[in-house]
Amino acid sequence: MNTYAVRVIYKYEMLRAWETLLQSFASPVLSTSLYFVVFGSAIGSRIEQIEGVSYGSFIVPGLMMLALLTQSISNASFGIYFPKFTGTIYEVMSAPVSFFEILLGYVGAAATKSLLIGLIILATAGFFVPLEVAHPVWMMGFLVLTCISFSLFGFIIGLWADNFEKLQLIPLLVITPLVFLGGSFYSVSMLPPAWQTVTLFNPVVYLISGFRWSFFEVSDVSVGLSLSMVLMFLAACLLVVWWMFKTGYRLKQ
Amino acid sequence: MQSIVSISNLSKTYAGGHHALKDVTLDIAPGEILALLGPNGAGKTTLISIICGIVKASSGSVTVGGHDIVTDYRATRSMIGLVPQELTLGAFDTVWNTLCFSRGLFGKKPNPEHLERLLRDLSLWGKKDSELMTLSGGMKRRVLIGKALSHEPSVLFLDEPTAGVDVELRKDMWALVRRLRESGVTIILTTHYIEEAEAIADRVGVINDGELLLVDDKLALMHKLGKRQLIAELEQAVDSVPDALAHWSLDLSADGSRLTYTYDPHNTHTGISGLLQAIREAGMVLKDLRTTQSSLEEIFVNLVKSK
Ligand SMILES: Nc1ncnc2c1ncn2[C@@H]1O[C@H](COP(=O)(O)OP(=O)(O)OP(=O)(O)O)[C@@H](O)[C@H]1O
Ligand SMILES: [Mg+2]
Repeated sequence: MNTYAVRVIYKYEMLRAWETLLQSFASPVLSTSLYFVVFGSAIGSRIEQIEGVSYGSFIVPGLMMLALLTQSISNASFGIYFPKFTGTIYEVMSAPVSFFEILLGYVGAAATKSLLIGLIILATAGFFVPLEVAHPVWMMGFLVLTCISFSLFGFIIGLWADNFEKLQLIPLLVITPLVFLGGSFYSVSMLPPAWQTVTLFNPVVYLISGFRWSFFEVSDVSVGLSLSMVLMFLAACLLVVWWMFKTGYRLKQ
Repeated sequence: MQSIVSISNLSKTYAGGHHALKDVTLDIAPGEILALLGPNGAGKTTLISIICGIVKASSGSVTVGGHDIVTDYRATRSMIGLVPQELTLGAFDTVWNTLCFSRGLFGKKPNPEHLERLLRDLSLWGKKDSELMTLSGGMKRRVLIGKALSHEPSVLFLDEPTAGVDVELRKDMWALVRRLRESGVTIILTTHYIEEAEAIADRVGVINDGELLLVDDKLALMHKLGKRQLIAELEQAVDSVPDALAHWSLDLSADGSRLTYTYDPHNTHTGISGLLQAIREAGMVLKDLRTTQSSLEEIFVNLVKSK
């Protein structure tokens, strides 16, 4: 195991985030705060409690997931796409590192960044609404698993994309709608019955439901099901990445 | 002596169907400087990229230091430093950081003294905290060399190291290459500049259209293929070559004042004394007489053309 390589990849990826601090951390925090002001305070004050939780608090887990998913994907996809785009990837490819070590460095850094963003958003949310976490261990578990899975997913997108449009296509066209329709701002039980069934095909529903349960012990689906869905997604991403590694996909001619 | 890089029957066909390398076999001895010459698109970069692990070979095999580049890539890649043809550098890193990154990537523990020495050698020490995008092209090229040397490789690939580099810097680079060779590093460089190969290489390989046309000792190559020319400047121009001199198949310059005789210096009878005598007997008076030896450039052009 080339631990020096994993360390430098991780370190310089984190350093890059540090140097673009405002972009990396401030913008997700700002946009989440705006959601709170608009949805939590302005609209929330007119909505009664959902399953015994005030609306402002109710949307916190969903908002965190929205930020976590988009940040994990964009961090990880950009992290590997950029060296591919500028050509500096040649160095990583000619170095004595395995695909797993490359993955560990890039995905590890991306997941760390989004985890930090998630925690900062949680702290920010504490300023706006009363918050208590019923199951902190589950909460951290979901948080970490989500960061890792979606950073892996982002890594796959970054490897697959051969132009900037493709890089932004999936987050924009797939992730954002799934999160918005995944119960970030409402409980699935508030939808008409037909739509409730449709919603169950949205994987993000399970994610948000489980995560929300760790806060308030209210959920749309059972927490065990949520956890299995996250683990399945993680396994699927690992499988794709393993296949990419075997075939040298989009890296080696 | 056991070769440090051993390439056997290497072929590469790109996804588009282009046959970029055709059955290349080549052995490189430890500590030598090998120059690969070839026109644009000959396959030089492809060959280097395969050895370094950036491109997959279609068939054939390569060993570096006795290790296979595919099955034992950690061992081979740790030994190799690569300076790519393109100036590919991140924009916002500093010179110092990018060197630390390279060294770590190749699995070496940090060694600031080595990196400082390297930067001083490359006249980059004053720029160590500069961002890469603020550097000039020549400086970037040197940063790439620094990155390649950061992990103390024993085999160094330089893909057109002096493209876009001014004359003085080119001389500096040649000196650096010689110093590296003295320290035991094996160097493989590609170049379009024949004088570069002539100045620093021990051996020269010529690639054209994916084929390795020849590899030979530089001096032997010039010896073997180098034709020599005897040029005689005449006091008085002539209209045509006199019949008495027909035997030597001379070339007459357009203005009729210069005769050129091309011969092989390795023949036992070069025919020079007979020619000189015949010139005198033909009543021509010589103003000047000189010989030239063909450079690698002419050898190269002839080789590529004859294919
Ligand atoms: N990624 C690629 N996909 C398809 N064809 C390629 C690829 N890279 C190179 N080629 C083709 O392979 C041939 C050899 O290219 P290569 O870069 O090895 O040449 P070279 O000798 O380094 O040329 P130059 O002196 O211009 O650098 C060229 O015809 C080129 O078009
Ligand atoms: Mg080239």
